[in-house]
Amino acid sequence: MTTTVRADGPAVRKDAPGAARGPRRRTGRIRRAGLPYLLLLPALLLELLVHLVPMVTGIVMSFKELTQFFIRDWGAAPWAGLDNYKVSVDFDAPVGEALLHSFLVTVGFTVLSVGLCWLVGTAAAVLMQDAFRGRGLLRALFLVPYALPVYAAVITWVFMFQHDNGLVNHVLHDQLGLTGKPSFWLIGDNSFVALLTVSVWKGWPFAFLIVMAGLQNIPRELYEAAALDGAGMWQQVRRITLPSLRPVNQVLVLVLFLWTFNDFNTPYVLFGRTAPAAADLVSVHIYQASFGNWNFGTGSAMSVLLLLFLLVVTGAYLALTSRGRRTAA
Amino acid sequence: MRRFRAAAASAVTVSLLAAATACGGGSSTDGGGSDDSPKELTYWASNQGASVEVDKKVLQPELDKFEKETGIEVKLEVVPWSDLLNRILTATTSGQGPDVLNIGNTWSASLQATGALLPWDAENFDKIGGKDRFVDSALGSTGASGQDPAAVPLYSMAYALYYNKKMFAEAGVSEPPATWDELAAAGRKLSKGGKWGLGAEGSNPVENVHHAFVFAKQHGADFFTADGRPDFTDEGVVAAVEQYVGLMAEEKIIAPGNAEYAQNQSVSDFAKGRNAMLLWQSASANLKSQGMSEDDYGIAPVPVQSGAPGGGKNVNSMVAGINLAVFKNTDNLSGATEFVKFMTSDAEQKILNTAYSSIPPVKAAQEDPSFNTPANAVLKDTLAKSAAALPQVADESQFETAVGTAIKELFADAAAGKPVTARSVKAKLEKAQQQMPAK
Amino acid sequence: MSTPRSPMAPPRSFLWTRRILLTLLTGFVLLPVYVMVSSSLKPLADVTGAFRWLPSELTVRPYIDIWSTVPLAKYFVNSLIVAGAATVCSVVIAVFSAYAVSRYDFRGKRVFTVTVLSTQMFPGILFLLPLFLLYVNIGNTTGIALFGSRGGLILTYLTFSLPFSIWMLIGYFDSVPRDLDEAAKVDGCGPLGALFRVVVPAAIPGIVAVAVYAFMTAWGEVLFASVMTNDTTRTLAVGLQGYSTLNDVYWNQIMAASLVVSVPVVAGFLLLQRYLVAGLTAGAVK
Repeated sequence: MTTTVRADGPAVRKDAPGAARGPRRRTGRIRRAGLPYLLLLPALLLELLVHLVPMVTGIVMSFKELTQFFIRDWGAAPWAGLDNYKVSVDFDAPVGEALLHSFLVTVGFTVLSVGLCWLVGTAAAVLMQDAFRGRGLLRALFLVPYALPVYAAVITWVFMFQHDNGLVNHVLHDQLGLTGKPSFWLIGDNSFVALLTVSVWKGWPFAFLIVMAGLQNIPRELYEAAALDGAGMWQQVRRITLPSLRPVNQVLVLVLFLWTFNDFNTPYVLFGRTAPAAADLVSVHIYQASFGNWNFGTGSAMSVLLLLFLLVVTGAYLALTSRGRRTAA
Repeated sequence: MRRFRAAAASAVTVSLLAAATACGGGSSTDGGGSDDSPKELTYWASNQGASVEVDKKVLQPELDKFEKETGIEVKLEVVPWSDLLNRILTATTSGQGPDVLNIGNTWSASLQATGALLPWDAENFDKIGGKDRFVDSALGSTGASGQDPAAVPLYSMAYALYYNKKMFAEAGVSEPPATWDELAAAGRKLSKGGKWGLGAEGSNPVENVHHAFVFAKQHGADFFTADGRPDFTDEGVVAAVEQYVGLMAEEKIIAPGNAEYAQNQSVSDFAKGRNAMLLWQSASANLKSQGMSEDDYGIAPVPVQSGAPGGGKNVNSMVAGINLAVFKNTDNLSGATEFVKFMTSDAEQKILNTAYSSIPPVKAAQEDPSFNTPANAVLKDTLAKSAAALPQVADESQFETAVGTAIKELFADAAAGKPVTARSVKAKLEKAQQQMPAK
Repeated sequence: MSTPRSPMAPPRSFLWTRRILLTLLTGFVLLPVYVMVSSSLKPLADVTGAFRWLPSELTVRPYIDIWSTVPLAKYFVNSLIVAGAATVCSVVIAVFSAYAVSRYDFRGKRVFTVTVLSTQMFPGILFLLPLFLLYVNIGNTTGIALFGSRGGLILTYLTFSLPFSIWMLIGYFDSVPRDLDEAAKVDGCGPLGALFRVVVPAAIPGIVAVAVYAFMTAWGEVLFASVMTNDTTRTLAVGLQGYSTLNDVYWNQIMAASLVVSVPVVAGFLLLQRYLVAGLTAGAVK
């Protein structure tokens, strides 16, 4: 993700001839040295205010006993040491067990969702690489799920998944007769399928968009050369398209992973604050642990654990994929 | 230069952190209230009418009246139920909240434990006319026993059995059921042709808990021991939950689709004649707004196991209601007290409780003839004789979440055709119990 | 923009596979859109009973009722102000930051980019309560009302979209030839002059892409809006819950309202999608 660091530029300017008059050169240099920081200042301040300081505060909270008896003045809440963490990772006790279950559900969900989003998005982008009639319209249509506000889109799915008056049961049960009786989609075990469907529906256009953009950067000469060598469609995809998309995919998969893993809006709008066990994503689980159980200390500890996990995964992912890229190149 | 930048950066960080941690340092969060802004009050009302907009129309004229009397302007915000507890929690944490607010009376003990609410000691009660103006059952749901109440009763409600007269006549059921056996028998007669005997809100944890509580009482059991420890796996409790969910799983008089109801769909189903019975609190106004005439349905006490509703094992409702609380850190303490006095005055009690089809918890107002209609008579009678308050313990809110969710999962099982047995109920309740805060 | 892949005509089997797959995909994509549109034109009875593909009668009633059931217009204005301001600020700040990273070499550059990007990892729930407390305390100490105000929400949302925006613009600015700003500087522009006269105009597609992203982020957020807004500042994301009132779930109105709140974003998105692809092509995926 940091492929954009460049080393040239300023060096060239610094040695630029003609600006060799003493005092002016000095101030110019100070200004030049200070300018990038000045340009970054607003972003830095905002990141500090909205992301970093609250995160540090959250980490501090995770070491406190922040239950209903102390929330009124959390600064004075007693320190809990590692208690919140111990409770969270004691997988033999219900709280830890529930967290582990929720974590595993989330991992399974994220892997499936990212995989499907990527697959569908890439397939669609590759299929639409050549111009054909209606391609522009189709491309616009495909972007609609991504463009719709999350709550508007998900609430439509809620309506479709209703047991008594939803479209899904109407089609599967009433019209096709595939199920013996109407199924439940928003409670019970099917809720995982429902969540996955919505997530893929909402997420694949982003993969489509990025892959489509990535395809634009593949020089057509590559295909022409391959075609001259007698490579068929499928071989062209395998030998040219996919390898060329590799750097794009590296970032795309990571971004999709982080967004899906941390997604709160979709499960929250779909199931409300108590998600069914089969679709108990960790973000909603932690929300419920904090606000439902009035225990912000344990909730924070769970969030910190989640953050650590994501850090490790992201780091490992970047290390692995970058190495792969280097050897491939 | 670099060192300076680093120092500046850390100075900014430190000052931001200080601001974040200064909780409790701000004047508005600390200790008791003041009278710094005597001409203004903020009031969070809960959503009692058909919608937030309806509530604004009901309340605003009364608030205008109050402003005319006292010169205090009340800024009203009607907070939907889905947000209310979160908003109260964040307000408690930050000290940035309203002066006066409505709370569900079952939350009283939980919120009392935060210490954010003004305790209603004798002195404070005197300012609003004394504690004995209020009905005892309502006072029983204002906080842990032995402590000064954390809030003052505002509206009282009780569960009743609403039944569709026409559907009863068609199915040949002459009397509203008085026991659960009778209800099940009637329900079986009524459940046919796409119509069902009873409605339920299976995915609404709070509704689930209310019913489970009453069933537990009828099995002679409690969710908490006398010293306030959770005891969800008590035999009576398990039997109670099994009996309630069994109305769908065993008796099959609740439509399986109700397992995913959480937004009062069972009330509109009742209004539309899709189910013949409904266990609800103060449904009259809602039914009316959905076009169901008062002549079309009857109201009876919630069934018991045997005999007639009363105390002990014949409890047939929780003490439902809304309390009015004052945030301790209000900057208009006397104004807030004045406002509570106004809202609990006999005249206002009549107006507001009529609008919301609830019962005034104020004795004098309750005696008004307008609360003697047959519907209100049932509610009043229940409140007076056979209603019990939910456990007044600090963990009450967590209890609602944990047990309510467990029952929601049991309803999901029942709807999917999975068996709901004493063992599966006990397993779910055991899990719920272990999620309760450790003592 | 099309990149004809091969000089040879694709085989027939490929054409058929493409036709079938794209048709299926179109169905999947459009199904909820169809449900949204058709249900919004149904009377209440049609959406409370078994699902019907076609309305029993067409009515625009839901579109009239949505404005009175819930103060939708007010929420709409709030969302417009919040999302609009967040977008403008986010784009301006991202342009500055990306310009600094793209054109200058300075100490801490790598730390900056890594830190900013790593915030994408933060679970929102971790800093929801702390951020809320921070806003309240800033309010108590400085008198700047951030909590409950639109300002606080704007700050929050603009920061949410900032990392991705900066990252995309860095890529885009890198693709704008450096000779152009050098030429502008020779013509007497300062570094900022070069940014605004040369780099920004050349990077319009990237900037549009970033703006669209920032707007969508702010328009659709639910979690922070539910805690940080009150009656007067509530946004659409939270306001839409109001249609599930105490006595009925007005699905037809919910669908109508969902459609109404989606139209500005979807229309804008589709109008600007050409820029979006161009912006991503040159920026993010380079």
